[in-house]
Amino acid sequence: MATSSRLDARIPQGPLESKWSKYRSSVPLVNPANKRNLEIIVVGTGLAGASAAATLAELGYKVKAFCFQDSPRRAHSIAAQGGINAAKNYQNDGDSVYRLFYDTIKGGDYRAREANVHRLAEVSGNIIDQCVAAGVPFAREYGGLLSNRSFGGTQVQRTFYAAGQTGQQLLLGAYSGLQRQVGMGTVKMYNRHEMLDVVNIDGKCRGIIARNLITGEIERHGGHAVLLCTGGYGNVFYLSTNAMGSNVTAAWKAHKRGAFFGNPCFTQIHPTCIPVSGEHQSKLTLMSESLRNDGRIWVPKKKDDNRPGNEIPENERDYYLERRYPAFGNLVPRDIASRAAKERCDAGYGVGTSKLAVYLDFAAAVERYGRGEANKNNIHNASDADITTWGKAVVKEKYGNLFDMYKQITGEDPYEVPMRIYPAVHYTMGGLWVDYNLMTTVPGLYSLGEANFSDHGANRLGASALMQGLADGYFVIPYTIGAYLASEIRTGKISTDHEAFVKAEAEVKERIDTLLRIQGKTSPELFHRRLGKIMWEKCGMARNAEGLKEAIQEIRQLRKDFWSDVKVMGTANYFNPELDKANRVADFIELGELMCIDALDRNESCGGHFREEYQTEEGEALRDDENYMYVSAWEHKGPENWELHKEELIYENIKIAQRSYK
Amino acid sequence: MEGNMRLSLKVWRQSNTDAAGGFEDYKLDNVSPDMSFLEMFDVLNEQLIEEGKEPVAFDHDCREGICGMCSMYINGRPHGPLRGVTTCQLHMRSFKDGDTIVVEPWRAQAFPVIKDLVVDRDAFDRVISAGGFVSVNTGNAQDANSLPIAKEAADDAFAAAACIGCGACVAACKNASAMLFVSAKISQLALLPQGQAERSIRAEKMVAQMDAEGFGACTNTGACSAECPKEISLENIARMNREYIGAKFSSSAV
Repeated sequence: MATSSRLDARIPQGPLESKWSKYRSSVPLVNPANKRNLEIIVVGTGLAGASAAATLAELGYKVKAFCFQDSPRRAHSIAAQGGINAAKNYQNDGDSVYRLFYDTIKGGDYRAREANVHRLAEVSGNIIDQCVAAGVPFAREYGGLLSNRSFGGTQVQRTFYAAGQTGQQLLLGAYSGLQRQVGMGTVKMYNRHEMLDVVNIDGKCRGIIARNLITGEIERHGGHAVLLCTGGYGNVFYLSTNAMGSNVTAAWKAHKRGAFFGNPCFTQIHPTCIPVSGEHQSKLTLMSESLRNDGRIWVPKKKDDNRPGNEIPENERDYYLERRYPAFGNLVPRDIASRAAKERCDAGYGVGTSKLAVYLDFAAAVERYGRGEANKNNIHNASDADITTWGKAVVKEKYGNLFDMYKQITGEDPYEVPMRIYPAVHYTMGGLWVDYNLMTTVPGLYSLGEANFSDHGANRLGASALMQGLADGYFVIPYTIGAYLASEIRTGKISTDHEAFVKAEAEVKERIDTLLRIQGKTSPELFHRRLGKIMWEKCGMARNAEGLKEAIQEIRQLRKDFWSDVKVMGTANYFNPELDKANRVADFIELGELMCIDALDRNESCGGHFREEYQTEEGEALRDDENYMYVSAWEHKGPENWELHKEELIYENIKIAQRSYK
Repeated sequence: MEGNMRLSLKVWRQSNTDAAGGFEDYKLDNVSPDMSFLEMFDVLNEQLIEEGKEPVAFDHDCREGICGMCSMYINGRPHGPLRGVTTCQLHMRSFKDGDTIVVEPWRAQAFPVIKDLVVDRDAFDRVISAGGFVSVNTGNAQDANSLPIAKEAADDAFAAAACIGCGACVAACKNASAMLFVSAKISQLALLPQGQAERSIRAEKMVAQMDAEGFGACTNTGACSAECPKEISLENIARMNREYIGAKFSSSAV
């Protein structure tokens, strides 16, 4: 296999360890006087967008930043719970840049680019330094130094955290840096604005069309470069752990204007989420992976066992992760834990009223911690009741906020009965294809963070999303953007009077008018639910060729139905969330088709992509390295029409092996 | 539909900032106690769309209690009847069959209504822009462990930093004061060594911006902290007052 001539990843030459440092020293620079005349548009203000906007403004560029929420501080990075990885080796447990690099490539089931992942591991330490300097209150030990914990798929402690609110603290850190620049006038912030198209002139990206979500006004914004930091597309499944507003629209518009879409079918299903409780459900809530440090996952050994969890005796429980994967036990990577839960439920061993749940049980941890407390206090004849009380107190200190959230949502007390959990859509490894500079296939158009496809291969390890978002924004784009902007210093201000802007604006307005004109019978919400059902059943945790082919037909029909039967209330001239939603759902429908096409093309199982036809005898994912060791990069050729381009993945430093956590 | 609760709703409807608003009455049957409060609003909106009426606009995003976007004033209390719970995490099992529930937007001069239950909270962003940061450019940082911070100080800073910026404190306050929000950020940075260099100027500038936005003064009622979904402590306000007075005594600005 050879890489398509349309794809140039621009990976620097030389040994892996020195690629980034050498490149950084040789990438063209833009002098400060010229930076003042170059405008950069940043769409999305999560970890990637806020850190990029602030850092580029500090460097002297003129920055405009956009978010659809009422404030940049609301971006969904805020909801990340568990932590952020960095190869600091503060615990002296053998961590290194190479180990973080290796774990990430292996965790991604050998479907990520070596050079990008190594760079990510190299800058991971700088991120922690930067965040601490900005006032992020990470958890600390009594000696005053930073604390770490473990996450799935690793054997060292390299995860930095702030209770169960790490994403919140990191985002507020990046947001405060962004607001500082807003106050200084170097960043102009546009909140409650949604990007509805990108504008290309003579083959280069020159700006965006955005809608002011309050006034409904359609605006043109010109810039020398556009950065899409717009997050993932998990909401294509309707139910996911994403925020309600998370959407693919910005990335999808870029895709339709020439940016290739990389590995769209690579979706992460997170194993520990609160199960669906009924038809009304609008979103799913994650229970942090950190819970798997202490919780044990099990189902009854007997099929259709209807006894309450705490009444099932120990010898009638199947701790299936510990049974199948003794080396990593309950801390196997997410894709493996999710599939194992599905396998048990499909086989008839699920629990709860829906039978689509497994237990996450803290009874053993409560007893262990309780005995530990008794020993600490030199009590040798403690009653079982005392041990339980002390143990619960320790568990509360570690995970109290998560237990409270569980109780609030389910109405059950997880200190008394085991939690019920089930996998849910959480993250998308796929995204806009980018080169080493984070530039898409459209010159001047970049993509950062979850919105791009670059670093996690077919499965992301826990606590690595925050790392990637901040790496891209703080430490990668500020350097790599010079490679493009150094040649833009003579361009001058981008005029938004150009016919490309006029045309793009007219198209956006036409689409909005069409949506409002249809006045059918079905709300955008109901279309979204229908799409989600197709995607979850046929392109979810397990896929097969037959189901994917059906899904493609069903989605095409859904698209037709949408454009003839959608009912959008209100007008285009003022605040109208129904219109915003309709716009997003229309794009999700098109993306859903591409995801199924990609999943159908990839005749192998790897990471989060599990094709039922390709599994080992033990039910593990069966890769086909000979034929599928590539990034799929899809070019949009017209409605329901894409062309596949392949970027061959070359492993020069890592020995490819079957991924084993047994 | 799966539940059997019947509810009467009185919901504030206002078509834009300048329009006069008013309450509209709605009836909902078949509400499930397992629904979140916002899912109950989803059901109401689907019902309104079916009837050809415009759905109720409300702010929401993460629906897991952390983004700070949801903002309903329920039966006279921001985020409803439970302590330490945002609107999105409030579930219908906290209400009874047959209840009448009154839902309004945050009400404060500094938070103008955009539509229905949606308000403009840009004032909070401007207060942060005035000084709610450490001036450290990317690349300036030293090694993260070069400066030990006592666990107690780090924990207190974290407790203050847990503020989600929803504005419930302002909505709860009879003076529409933003002291709890502003003091949480001032406290977080005053407690950490990284915040020391700009400690005085930060307090002065953030308070000046807070006043300029039209938020009211604090009369130590404590409703802000009682209603805060993240239970941010009143101690932060005391600390902010100390920071501000200290800053004013040594201020070089006029």
